[in-house]
Amino acid sequence: MDVLDIARWQFGITTVYHFLMVPLTLGLGMMVAIMQTRWVRTGDEKFLRMTKFWGKVYLINFIVGVATGLVQEFQFGMAWSEYSRFVGDVFGAPLAMEGLLAFFVESTFLGIWIFGWGRLRKGLHLAALWCAVIGSWISAFFIIVANSWMQHPVGVELGADGRPVMTDVWAVLTNNTAIAAYTHTIFGALVVAGMFLLGISWYHLWRRRHDGIDSVDEDGRVVVGQADAVAGRDRKDHGVWIWSLRFGAVVAIAGFLGTVASGDIQGKLMYEQQPMKMAAAEAACHTGSSFSVLSLGDPGSTDCADVITLIEVPGVLGFLGTGEWGAEMPGISDLEPQYVDQYGKTIPDDALYGDMAGTDVQYVPVMWVTYWGFRLMIGLGGVVAFGGVVALWLTRKGTVPRSPWIMRLALLGMVAPFAANIAGWIFTELGRQPFVVAPNPDATGVDGVFMYTAAAVSPGVTVGELLFSVITLSAVYGVMLVIEFYLMVKYVRGGVAASMPELAASGHPDDGDESRPDTDRRDDVLAFAY
Amino acid sequence: MEPLPVVWFIAIAVLWIGYLLLEGFDLGVGMHMVFSTRSERDRRVMLNTIGPVWDGNEVWLITAGAAMFAAFPAWYASLFSTLYVPLTITLVGLIVRAVGIEYRGKVHTERWRTVWTWMIGLGSLIVAFCIGAALALTSTGLPIDANGDRVGGPFVWLTAPAVLGGLAVVGFALLHSATFLGLKADGPVRERAGRFAARWAPLCIAPAALWAIWVQLAHGGSVLAWTLIVFAVLAAVFGWRAAQQRHEGRAFIGFAGFGLFGAAAIFAGMFPRLLPSTVDAAFDLTVWNAANGPYTLGVMTVVAAVSLPVILLYQAWSYWIFRKRVTPGMIPEVHIVLPAVLRAR
Repeated sequence: MDVLDIARWQFGITTVYHFLMVPLTLGLGMMVAIMQTRWVRTGDEKFLRMTKFWGKVYLINFIVGVATGLVQEFQFGMAWSEYSRFVGDVFGAPLAMEGLLAFFVESTFLGIWIFGWGRLRKGLHLAALWCAVIGSWISAFFIIVANSWMQHPVGVELGADGRPVMTDVWAVLTNNTAIAAYTHTIFGALVVAGMFLLGISWYHLWRRRHDGIDSVDEDGRVVVGQADAVAGRDRKDHGVWIWSLRFGAVVAIAGFLGTVASGDIQGKLMYEQQPMKMAAAEAACHTGSSFSVLSLGDPGSTDCADVITLIEVPGVLGFLGTGEWGAEMPGISDLEPQYVDQYGKTIPDDALYGDMAGTDVQYVPVMWVTYWGFRLMIGLGGVVAFGGVVALWLTRKGTVPRSPWIMRLALLGMVAPFAANIAGWIFTELGRQPFVVAPNPDATGVDGVFMYTAAAVSPGVTVGELLFSVITLSAVYGVMLVIEFYLMVKYVRGGVAASMPELAASGHPDDGDESRPDTDRRDDVLAFAY
Repeated sequence: MEPLPVVWFIAIAVLWIGYLLLEGFDLGVGMHMVFSTRSERDRRVMLNTIGPVWDGNEVWLITAGAAMFAAFPAWYASLFSTLYVPLTITLVGLIVRAVGIEYRGKVHTERWRTVWTWMIGLGSLIVAFCIGAALALTSTGLPIDANGDRVGGPFVWLTAPAVLGGLAVVGFALLHSATFLGLKADGPVRERAGRFAARWAPLCIAPAALWAIWVQLAHGGSVLAWTLIVFAVLAAVFGWRAAQQRHEGRAFIGFAGFGLFGAAAIFAGMFPRLLPSTVDAAFDLTVWNAANGPYTLGVMTVVAAVSLPVILLYQAWSYWIFRKRVTPGMIPEVHIVLPAVLRAR
């Protein structure tokens, strides 16, 4: 392993780990804000309970997202100093804008929201949450802008010292790649959060039936009961879960449709901007219009001769790439000579590139990763949307079936959109290789603005240092994942009462309607305390 | 003299000083939680004084780093890659501390709380020390070559200025948080914090004062920098007298003033250097040779000029909302989380 490999693993591990928390909190935050809005509007305690329960789960995840986000920001300078110097004029700006325009808002108002229960007027308290959530969405936008610039460098010209110099910040911010990727990411986040609500709510409805609290009449309609022995298991509790479940299913389905629409735009853009990535994603060796349904080959191979396409559908690829059936899309064996022609056969013979100087450039990304990453993303997304529709159908009469297997399937379904998100990002980032800043052969590309990943790594940093950070941070991530999972299970199994001590203390109100646990508390005791 | 690189040097100094003054007391509270008390209730009082604001305070660090990247990428790249090991340790400190603050109250066993108390305390200590060391090194110099890359092994940063800077921020954080707790807490925590400030103030501020003077001696400090040092000393004397007389507000202002003027003196003293090279002064990264182009700096100036005042306003508002002292009586009873499962009778 050399410095480059370890640095890439380091970046990959941190980014993938960070991106477990990010889509969940982006989506969940918005959904909690909607729940609290419903509570403020209608006064229905059901929505207060949802806000508190899902809010708690949100915070348990949010903090890990924040903590790993710090690593993201530091590691550009730490492990990729040449990259930082090369792109500094254009890449640092969106990061600083994220801090100034979004992250301050997000963190400050989240603090106000967490500790503001009972301290602020209801409307103001709700506004604090909306500020935090919108802050996090804007924050995501700036990060995607930064990433998209690496996929499709715009708004710059090549300076005298060979570095890109920003000339048009508006072009950077409205990069078509960024708009499409941002939309795609946000919809993807909604799918994650939607399935998350669906799975956990399913478990609680199933638990209520399993414990004999709820039952069904001859028509299969739910008969809601209550259990005095369990804190929080009253009639209102049923409303919390069935609403959350159906809300989650609807959001997941809508999110999936959004990812399809935005993904289609992305695919078309990518055929213009990074044709090699798309060709590799399709294992399309030769120029043509057939869409591969199943191709097999030697894992790790970047040689087209190794790929055997077993099933393919003619015409589809052209439609996906340009919107026109049967349009000819460039294949790898035609693209490769073009890339060699335009960007050279070898990495420049410059001391800057260390051991890599003068070596052959491999323009074809690792195909099995791009091919399967792309298919896994789309396939899992489709499975999720189908699951959402089935869930809506199964719960149309107000509760879930008693089958423990369907319940387990619903819990397992929570994993699918996470995996789809990760697969999508791995495809996007690995498909860009060997470049860290990808050159765009089409007319919108700026000549000469590109960078090999091999040239981006910090020249002064040693293998030992990188190994130290990979091992240390991975160990920390691993331990944190275990702790986080443990806490999530604990708070999820505890149900609403876990997040509302007043519910556990007050026992059951007779009808579950009149009592407002929020008001009969001592005024100066912190509603939420560390 | 082009104005924009200077503006950005000042902006980054402001972000770092904002970070030290705000997160300074968060870090100090984290350390005090370990050694200042044995009572669980007192620890929770301490933690809840920073509860609503610590996350917002940490953004000053993130933004300071990003602003270095956006304005002086060569500075960001050289400093961060040269300090690879200490920054990795800093990140671990930041992670365990953040997670500790959020997770400590989520499970109620003795062991869980003890572990997280130590994680918060050690994490805070590590972050304070390493950030102090990093800032001290960028003000006094590191062995970098013409490209800005490190000359020498992974541990060349382990020098006297690094230790001094580390101790400076740790000492300042301990003192600053003591006067902060004097204002924000009540009961035994407030008592002990007042005593700590009155007793240990000179020891806590000594390393920071030495660092500020070191920078002036190393770079032949300007009149402005020396004036700021005089202000810092005056503020510290004012703060110490107030601490001894238990004027909590004045003590806080005095020592905060020391931090403000002291840090400003360091930045003024190093100007226009960003990261001096100890190999050859010709390799120094300065405001002039590390800055981005005027277009990028112009855009960022507009963004910062619009957003910074607003940030100050809403952060001040968040302090205003939670201005009440945290008293032991405000700490809720422990809430045991049980699975919502109907058990077999």
